[in-house]
Amino acid sequence: MTGAASTNATNAGQLLALYEQMAVIRRTEKAAHDLFLAGLVKGTTHLASGHEAIAVGASAALRDDDYVFATYRGHHHALARGATPEECLAELMSRATGLCKAKGGSMHLTKASHNMLGSYAIVGAHLPMAVGAAWSARLRGTGQIAVAFFGDGATNIGAFHEALNLAAVWKLPVLFVCENNLYMEYTPIGDVTAVANPAADRAPAYGIPGEIVDGNDVVLVQEAVARLADRARAGDGPSLLEAQTYRHFGHSRTDPATYRPAEEVERWLKHDPLDLARGRLAELGVPEEAVTEADARATDLVQQAVEAAKQAPAADPREALTDVWADGGAAWRT
Amino acid sequence: MADVITYREAVAEGIAREMRRDPSVVCLGEDIGAAGGVFKTTVGLHKEFGSERVWDTPISEQAIVGAAMGAAMTGMRPVAEIMFSDFLACCWDYLANEIPKVRYMTGGQVTVPLVVRTANGGGLGFGAQHSQATENWAFTVPGLKIAAPATPADVIGMMAAAIRSDDPVVFFEHKGLFATKGPPAPPDHIVELGQAAVVREGADVTLVALASMVPVALTAAERLAEEDIDAEVIDLRCLVPLDTRTVLGSLAKTSRLVTVEENPYQGGWGGTLVSVVADEGFGLLDAPVRRVAAECVPLPFADALEEQVIPTADKVVTTVRQLTAY
Ligand SMILES: Cc1ncc(C[n+]2csc(CCOP(=O)(O)OP(=O)(O)O)c2C)c(N)n1
Repeated sequence: MTGAASTNATNAGQLLALYEQMAVIRRTEKAAHDLFLAGLVKGTTHLASGHEAIAVGASAALRDDDYVFATYRGHHHALARGATPEECLAELMSRATGLCKAKGGSMHLTKASHNMLGSYAIVGAHLPMAVGAAWSARLRGTGQIAVAFFGDGATNIGAFHEALNLAAVWKLPVLFVCENNLYMEYTPIGDVTAVANPAADRAPAYGIPGEIVDGNDVVLVQEAVARLADRARAGDGPSLLEAQTYRHFGHSRTDPATYRPAEEVERWLKHDPLDLARGRLAELGVPEEAVTEADARATDLVQQAVEAAKQAPAADPREALTDVWADGGAAWRT
Repeated sequence: MADVITYREAVAEGIAREMRRDPSVVCLGEDIGAAGGVFKTTVGLHKEFGSERVWDTPISEQAIVGAAMGAAMTGMRPVAEIMFSDFLACCWDYLANEIPKVRYMTGGQVTVPLVVRTANGGGLGFGAQHSQATENWAFTVPGLKIAAPATPADVIGMMAAAIRSDDPVVFFEHKGLFATKGPPAPPDHIVELGQAAVVREGADVTLVALASMVPVALTAAERLAEEDIDAEVIDLRCLVPLDTRTVLGSLAKTSRLVTVEENPYQGGWGGTLVSVVADEGFGLLDAPVRRVAAECVPLPFADALEEQVIPTADKVVTTVRQLTAY
């Protein structure tokens, strides 16, 4: 454990800030859910409620200029890396003020100005991109690292294996973080994977460290990511972190998740990342009132974001024909 | 400067010129380093620029193109090699779903200035899985620029334009042209993407060709000249941007159009080109348009069979003859 990480993790003020970020994410996703039911969000959403500690813990351990690549289940990563609830909700609500001018939607939240370089809806596709970003960071000598967050299902995709090997042979500063929530869409990962820990157990095949962490404990995630990030920055190459977690909702909007045993759901709901952080805050002597205030700030922020997004103008149809090319246009012929 | 250069040498020369000029230009691919590439199209790069900038990869097409994308998004100008264009299918996700869409779906936040180079096409008897002309695959995807030079000087000029482009470019090098020779490119030679070349002027019929079909069309034009049919030959050079202006301009003169395509007729670029002509240049035509394209079969191995499938000068001559008699 690095000094920096352990100091951060046990620092009450810092932990309270992480808690508040998680509370903002939880509420933003709740708002997305409600807005969907109200008919204000189209398409689908893949909520990450239950996964907040991974995005927030990892972000706290990273440099602001490190690169992050996420999946269609990426609201939490966009928010943890600096996108505001307002721009995210506006994106979901097809508003002109949306994070991606309403061209991305829930599955493609991206905040490039903060080096959050996208959410990709093709399972596993972004792992090689993170390898490329890490290569680029090394060539430019910036000391940045790249992090790819992905699901357990992605560990059976070819791109996962190609990316791990390439990163390992090139000793690149990249961190692969698997959010193992036990299920792909509807199928338990264990039913279709030959090893018990779909990510960590594969690491030895590539000669890189594979670690398992309680992905619902923001402190443990922060410590693990800080350590592996240090390693990457020191030139010791990539590593694979399997963060065990659970999604509170079904896979996507249409999935009631009835395939999950009731006692399993109950057990995991009791292991909620926000509750765990609250417990740690109490242990550190943080008064309950400070936590309540953080909750209230989160509620206000998201409430305002919902209102602002509702007021925002609808996406401009003319935008449909921009941004294909670097000149801003879409012309394919002379 | 030598007075001739081969197409294959032009590839390495084109890349080297850009690597000398811009330290953010890097290469990656299988066997491209010390080995100089399976087609010897990267000879000398590793020696001059070292293994940090000319990286040998494992056989991992997804990782090659995916890593190129990540590098391009973060300040580099990568040039990725996919050995045979048939293998683009192994990383098709990146060409179809990732690279061409990321700028658009992020609302313009992300730029992907990369080049994917690949050896395309038939004529060398490599059989069905190493001989396809696949530029049409890329042509179906909005968001990719597509270059397919036919001469060594164009290879260098278009390589410069492709590497400097802030947009992703798929760069098709034709296997059947690697050994061909041509005048070298002057220093700072740039051929902007999307500018077709009129490589032979004529008054009676316009032949539009790409890459390996340019010399076929030129040969056909010489033979037609003996019959007093004066063919204009256009080397399209790029599929995106597509230079429809030059084609329509030529038709205003000749009023007859034949496309000469190595790819199968089904789904070929000629289909798009003639649809533009039908939309916007119908009044210019004095005869139906004709497409000479490959048969819709996987490419066979034997020379005699391959010749049966891919357009030849004979087939072009026959088609043009019929058309001029119309
Ligand atoms: C290449 C590909 N195959 C299938 C899908 C359809 N799909 C979307 S999400 C998903 C499950 C992915 O599970 P996992 O990687 O565990 O991530 P999670 O959704 O649990 O976060 C599938 C099969 C897809 N998007 N991409």
